[in-house]
Amino acid sequence: MNLHGIHLEGLRKRYGEGDTAVDALKGVDMEVSPGEVVGLIGPSGSGKSTLLKCLGAVIEPTGGRMRLGSEIIYDDRWHIRDLRALRRDQIGFVFQAPYLIPFLNVIDNVALLPMLAGRKNTAARDRAMELLEALDVAHRANAWPSQLSGGEQQRVAIARALVSHPPVILADEPTAPLDSERAMGVIRILNQMAEQYETAVIVVTHDEKIIPTFKRIYHIRDGRTHEEQGEGRLIA
Amino acid sequence: MISLAGRDIQHSWGKFVFTGIGLGLLIGVTLSMAGIYRGMVDDAKALLDNSGADMWVVQQSTLGPYAEPSSLKDDLYRSILTVPGVERAANVTYLTMQVRHGDRDVRAMVAGIVPDGIGSPGWPMTLIAGRQITRSHYEAVADAASGFKIGDQIKIRRNRYTVVGLTRRMVSSNGDPMIFIPLKDAQEAQFLKDNDEIIRQRQRTASNPALNPPGMPAVLQAVIDSQSTSPYVNAVLVRIKPGSRPDEIADTIRRWRRLQVYTRPQMEGILVGKLIATSARQIAMFLVILAVVSAAIVAFIIYTLTLGKIREIAVLKLIGTRNRTIAGMILQQAIGLGLIGFAVGRIAAGFWAPVFPKYVLLIPGDSVRGFFAVVIICSLASILAIRAALKVDPAEAIGG
Repeated sequence: MNLHGIHLEGLRKRYGEGDTAVDALKGVDMEVSPGEVVGLIGPSGSGKSTLLKCLGAVIEPTGGRMRLGSEIIYDDRWHIRDLRALRRDQIGFVFQAPYLIPFLNVIDNVALLPMLAGRKNTAARDRAMELLEALDVAHRANAWPSQLSGGEQQRVAIARALVSHPPVILADEPTAPLDSERAMGVIRILNQMAEQYETAVIVVTHDEKIIPTFKRIYHIRDGRTHEEQGEGRLIA
Repeated sequence: MISLAGRDIQHSWGKFVFTGIGLGLLIGVTLSMAGIYRGMVDDAKALLDNSGADMWVVQQSTLGPYAEPSSLKDDLYRSILTVPGVERAANVTYLTMQVRHGDRDVRAMVAGIVPDGIGSPGWPMTLIAGRQITRSHYEAVADAASGFKIGDQIKIRRNRYTVVGLTRRMVSSNGDPMIFIPLKDAQEAQFLKDNDEIIRQRQRTASNPALNPPGMPAVLQAVIDSQSTSPYVNAVLVRIKPGSRPDEIADTIRRWRRLQVYTRPQMEGILVGKLIATSARQIAMFLVILAVVSAAIVAFIIYTLTLGKIREIAVLKLIGTRNRTIAGMILQQAIGLGLIGFAVGRIAAGFWAPVFPKYVLLIPGDSVRGFFAVVIICSLASILAIRAALKVDPAEAIGG
């Protein structure tokens, strides 16, 4: 069970220096508890992607603090030496497009990360199958990504994000390419998975149709976040 | 551990196999070039082996008889036979020329051998058909590579010869088939002039008062007679007695007979080190160019394949895949492509080698060296693609 959640305090990110410097994040505060799905919304250029990259340990913030549970991972500098391992073990990613590996079948796409981490192939595939069953795509386990529908691909991508039991999942516009029905299906799954695996899920989105599903929403504008209560209206 | 490279090749096998076939044909050409060089060396060794000689006596200050012209009096072999340790000595002439058969020419090395000396140095050792030369004139034994058959009439200079026997792998250092004819015929073919030239020479001799003194017709006749014979051969082939030391015998002949003598290792050195050295360098140059072209092709293909997977690589890096895993995937694909190419190339070279007009010898050692060269070239060629992959920013997987 994950009891981490993610906590940001005054997170800042500046691109460039001197007169050309741009402050993309000007002090972001955010807290997402285990099992919670929050929305991160804002107009283009508001800093959503920059925040996601900082959360994903892909770029280094300029200042502030970031905690994973009680563990400080950033406090004006990285406190974790191996950011790659942090991404592999602690953070799951779901992208706008599924970006499945085209030359691996569905089950191996999901099981890839633990297999590369040295876990036995059979154990990794068992875990992948468990997730595929939970996401209702187990029947496509041996199919190639190109043979799946958009919704199926996104569910496989979610399974891949969950395979290492990460305490945090970062979803970058996961419903953008999907119609309303499939988009709601993905959000429903993210909520189920968050609840089932005690995972903190941050969903970056522009998608008006899924915004009402969040119980809490972070609006980001000009590099700052504002929290508000959402409707939490998840249609069954 | 899952093999990403293996899975990619398995998934896109058509692309890899067809690319590998293209590369393989290039590797096949490279292996064939090496085979051509090996064939040349083997031809040179075959020439020495088939001569049945332990040493070659030639004109002083020459590298004869194969690399340079050499001319010796044909009675010298008698004095060589008296040297202690010499078992047999036989005159021989060699002349590379066009031999006419019907309406076609065959380039061949014509060897003049002593007709009554079956088994002596210079003779064709084994026949695959027919018999050895038994008559003093106008019989020939030809290598099967010449395309002649038993009973064929061939024309060498002014005379016609009947092919009475066939040999195999009796070739010159250039790979030309050998044709054995009686020594006297060969001397005539090599040293005697045509009828018109003989008449002109007689006229010149007769008009020279020093050679045709008034009132002494016998002098002119003696001079003309001496001009009409050809008492020269190119070399004397020597076989030594078992247990004799070739270097000592060679020293004796050099010192007391004032002739140049080459032992077997020395003659091999001349043939391989001098006669085919330029060809070898030419082939080496081709091999280097082909290796560079192969490397460039592999590098280009792997680089293009990698660029086509940039997004997947970014995702792999973002989700925590090690750089070495990604580099390993690209390296393995490059090597996989090379292995497909090598297999295709080796098979292709084996198929087309017999079609070459000259002997192409594909030896396992060259294949092993070629295999490792392909692996090394492919590894080096993947560096560019690996660099490109390692430069990919995992942030590229995230929009914005």
